[in-house]
Amino acid sequence: MTPPAGCLLVSCTLFAVGLAGALTRRNTILVLVGIELMLNAANLNFVAFWRYGHHGGASTGIIFGLFSIAIAAAEAAVGLALILAVYRHAKTTDLSLLTGRAQ
Amino acid sequence: MRQMSAAFLILAIMTVLAACAAMTLRGLVHCALALAVAFAGIGTLYLSLGAQFLGLAQLLVYVGAIAVLIVFVILLTRGGDSDAGPLVPTRLPITGIVVATTILALLAWAVFHSSVIHFPASPVPTATVRELGTVLMAEYVLPLEVIGLMLTAALIGAVVVAMKEKQDPQ
Repeated sequence: MTPPAGCLLVSCTLFAVGLAGALTRRNTILVLVGIELMLNAANLNFVAFWRYGHHGGASTGIIFGLFSIAIAAAEAAVGLALILAVYRHAKTTDLSLLTGRAQ
Repeated sequence: MRQMSAAFLILAIMTVLAACAAMTLRGLVHCALALAVAFAGIGTLYLSLGAQFLGLAQLLVYVGAIAVLIVFVILLTRGGDSDAGPLVPTRLPITGIVVATTILALLAWAVFHSSVIHFPASPVPTATVRELGTVLMAEYVLPLEVIGLMLTAALIGAVVVAMKEKQDPQ
């Protein structure tokens, strides 16, 4: 297997693991963790294409990854704050208990 | 270099295993620690691909900030002493697993049928910190400012959302 295909396969696997976690886990924090893993998989793709693509020396892939990391940090901060607010209101972070409690 | 290096293989396997552990372990704190290992593995993958600055930024932001933040939230929501539900739930989340497996199969099929596997070996592109700084300050200065504004807004928003609500008089 060539290196670019290996990179992309690792990224695909990470994305699938994150998706499975986000879809199956019942804890809100773990759903957020799954989303973070999917974002990281996308970032790995940026770096892989920057490394193996033909781009004439531009550092666009790195810059895009950098911005993506910044956005992921903001998303994690707001998401965890929301989880804290919901926990204070409902005293649980279990999604199956939270479903239908919205009012 | 037509074959993957052994270092890349070891890092990739470690990262994927840590990600699986982060998504399947029972204890929430164990999940967070496995997640930190997975983030560190991705950071070292960036380093092995030649993206030094991004690898170090990944280590600083993800392992240093986000993983620690997740541990804080787990402890604040008292998830540490109770586990994340029964190991074998009464209703297996078969739909989610099927969806994820299908997407993995589709993506792998797309990778193997694309032209990516025929990319010729190219020299490692260089992206020194000086070059990145120049590009950020010249070409991408507007996105940089927007990101700064968005991070400030997200920080203030997170504090406002997580702040204790005032008790209603009624």
